[in-house]
Amino acid sequence: MMNSPAITITGLRVRRGDRLVIPDLSCRIPAGTITGLLGPSGCGKSTLMRSIIGVQIIEAGTVDVLGLEAGSPPLRARLGYQPQTPAVYEDLTVKENLRYFARVLGAPAGDVDRVIATVDLAGHADQVVIRLSGGERARTSLAVALLGTPEVLILDEPTVGLDPVLRRDLWGLFGRLAAGGTALLISSHVMDEAERCQRLLLMRDGYLLADEPPGELLQRTGTADIGSAFLHLIDRAQQEATR
Amino acid sequence: MNSSAMFATAGRVLNQLRHDHRTLALLLLVPCLLLGLLRWVFANQIHTFNAIGPLLLVLFPFTIMFIVTSVATLRERTQGTLERLLTMPIGKFDFLAGYALAFGLVAIVQASLASWVAIGLLDLQVRGSMWLVVVVALADAVLGMALGLLASAFARTEFQAVQFLPAVVFPQLLLCGLIIRREDLDRVLEWVSNVLPLSYAVDAIRHVTSSNEVTGAFLGDLAIVAACIVLALVLGAATLRRRTP
Repeated sequence: MMNSPAITITGLRVRRGDRLVIPDLSCRIPAGTITGLLGPSGCGKSTLMRSIIGVQIIEAGTVDVLGLEAGSPPLRARLGYQPQTPAVYEDLTVKENLRYFARVLGAPAGDVDRVIATVDLAGHADQVVIRLSGGERARTSLAVALLGTPEVLILDEPTVGLDPVLRRDLWGLFGRLAAGGTALLISSHVMDEAERCQRLLLMRDGYLLADEPPGELLQRTGTADIGSAFLHLIDRAQQEATR
Repeated sequence: MNSSAMFATAGRVLNQLRHDHRTLALLLLVPCLLLGLLRWVFANQIHTFNAIGPLLLVLFPFTIMFIVTSVATLRERTQGTLERLLTMPIGKFDFLAGYALAFGLVAIVQASLASWVAIGLLDLQVRGSMWLVVVVALADAVLGMALGLLASAFARTEFQAVQFLPAVVFPQLLLCGLIIRREDLDRVLEWVSNVLPLSYAVDAIRHVTSSNEVTGAFLGDLAIVAACIVLALVLGAATLRRRTP
């Protein structure tokens, strides 16, 4: 059973420079669900996410978000995006960064303190970002994505380098957001985070090897964990290719 | 237009400057100190000081704003904040106007301070009022900002961005009438200087040094500078891409 799709991708092809990063990709990302996007670094995860946000020039195919073409103006206040690089102003404090992005988004005034508390940065709110650690910068960037309670959240490796307790808390938050109807697409190259997702997209070399709930994936491949399932699918794809 | 995003951007840019005390000090004090140095160099040739001083009053804001803006917008591009902003409900012109507003305010403070130092302390002789000097300096500062913004689109690193200063600014300095009057230039060079915006800024300030009247020619010079600002901003907006390869 799948919730109504928040994102529908059909025949997506993306070329970056002279490299065909995504040859032909189709999938649906349901609302009210955490979808994990897993795969090795360089497999096209970020490119796929950028295509959904609408900042990536695509060569072919359609990307439909909440019934609109990706990147169309009415979507701009309804999507939250955390790029892989922190993308916050290093010479401003955490709070100044969030106040600025909140004003651009037209988010309510109380949102700034709410998202600071959510990513556990209340103690650093008045610190300039350049003095923060890498993980704290990433959390500032995540806080920006959470402003204004978006209907679709695209998070590119939001939990890299974070403290395990905070990681657990954030996955708890993602679960609550999904339960409230938000569509979340979260990329990771850490396989153990896969089990926290309700659906998984396994990606390699621009292709999807799997698009299903983790339980079904394990059953289909007869493996005990996502990492082994991934390897199993890669081996099988290579066998089919050489046959 | 989303004017709230524009004001938010202006406030954010000023906030960034507020955190950067050294840049702020350089922006405000360097022009004053250089004018002091010029006065000292020409201690025995007060006529030369009176001839060059006003030109420098408007060239400093132009040059400084060019560098500051090209590096600032390049940083927006490289650290990903520009791409992130353009996924949000902010127009390209709101973004550019926010920068123009913030740096315009800084330019007013910078030009007022430098004019006060030059006219009040260093005894620079200007027929026109100090406020006309500030108006011309402001127009030049915004011109520098707009060109810096455009130049930053063609730089990938801060090293390259800084190199655009000699490439874009120096030819204009050489041909704007600072060194040789434009009428005395070679025919081809005079023609080139006619299409460079800084030439008109220098003509405008020359006018202020010799008269307190706001003539049609003076307003015409300012209008040409304003038109160049709009042109550079439109071209600059075209380089802000919501979608990239």
